[in-house]
Amino acid sequence: MRLSATDLACRRGGRDVFAGVNFSVASGESLAIRGRNGAGKSSLLRMVVGLVRVASGRLSLEGGDPELTIGEQAHYLGHLDALKPSLSVAENLQFWSAFFGADNAGLNEPLRAVGLDALADLPAAYLSAGQRRRLSIARLLAVKRSLWLLDEPTSTLDAAAQVRLAEIMQAHLAGGGIILAATHGALGLDDTRELRLADTPPPSFVEEDQGGREQQET
Amino acid sequence: MKPLAAILFRDMRIAVRVGGGALMGVLFFVVVVTLVPFALGPDLALLKRVGPAILWLAALLASLLALDRLFAADHDDGSLDLILMGRAPLEIVVATKGVAHWLSTGLPLVIAAPLIGLSLNLDGPAAAALVLTLLVGTPALTFIGLIGAAIAVTLRRGGLLLAVLVLPLCVPVLIFGVAAANAAVGGPIPFGTPFTILCALTLASLVVGPFAAAAALRQEME
Repeated sequence: MRLSATDLACRRGGRDVFAGVNFSVASGESLAIRGRNGAGKSSLLRMVVGLVRVASGRLSLEGGDPELTIGEQAHYLGHLDALKPSLSVAENLQFWSAFFGADNAGLNEPLRAVGLDALADLPAAYLSAGQRRRLSIARLLAVKRSLWLLDEPTSTLDAAAQVRLAEIMQAHLAGGGIILAATHGALGLDDTRELRLADTPPPSFVEEDQGGREQQET
Repeated sequence: MKPLAAILFRDMRIAVRVGGGALMGVLFFVVVVTLVPFALGPDLALLKRVGPAILWLAALLASLLALDRLFAADHDDGSLDLILMGRAPLEIVVATKGVAHWLSTGLPLVIAAPLIGLSLNLDGPAAAALVLTLLVGTPALTFIGLIGAAIAVTLRRGGLLLAVLVLPLCVPVLIFGVAAANAAVGGPIPFGTPFTILCALTLASLVVGPFAAAAALRQEME
């Protein structure tokens, strides 16, 4: 399986966020996306899963299911944890694994992997920020998908949990998975390639010929 | 089917827990209807005449009450991103959320209506007709409301906009709902005529609502 992007560009709210982004990640590889605040790290991840429109360029997933979009084959761990405070830890995980089409049989395993099995019956409202994040990570383990897009996965996690997350990611890569992570810090993975988003959009994109200008006006 | 069942049960579970909308809607309905005899006075003939209209109005307002958080809550906590990434078509997911919302807020109104109708001097046949019209008509209110809820999803004070957008669209449902309920207690027209139109309005809204709401959600997530 290989995820590749060719000459990808992003516009949000009439502003060029990035342009000319190329990368290619194969099974078992990870890519750390770096850049200053506002460089478009999150936008790039959201673009891959189809939550932000591709302004120009191409995204493709070789070896995936051609019937499904990339987003339908990927896990996205965003800034928000997608948890309902009135549901318990187990119920939250149950919901997402049922929604993404997994069976509920093995939900204890993911909870144990992130160290939340003792809190399974606690309403999610009582969880700390780090625990909420760990519960979101359990979602990635409950439903098997090979492409993981992680937005600042280590934020709010304590040192022990960061090590645990690195182990989980390493195991995912060993099983042939792909990880794209937007991050400022270290991921703790053995060999991660880096994609650095430019500080300013390349001038070629701003003052382009006819085609580019038309795009800006629309 | 599994993702849809998951959404249905999750939404209903949230609605009946602390802070959910299920109890609020029906309590609001009961309180508003209870206030009417105090405002109008103990004129039994008058109460009997305006009863169906009051109950329908209160049901309309009550079913709008919890609607603004229907998609906004999922948007605010990031669930909507994941729902959009799911393999289930968004239109069907939206319709499922509508069904869950109706089961947890609309159906209790239908059940409470004959009981609270006693305070408006509603007798047996009138109450039965009213329950029937509410049973058929409240799904239309919910599904028309889906459109407003989807449009208001990114707005901070979406509830107000929702009411302004949705209430005019609910006018036909209100007209034929009240007409059918009145016809059953000896109006000049037969019960069947307005009731059939009410059924048609509901069927149309069941189709149009999810598609329009899904389109609005897709537009707003850009």
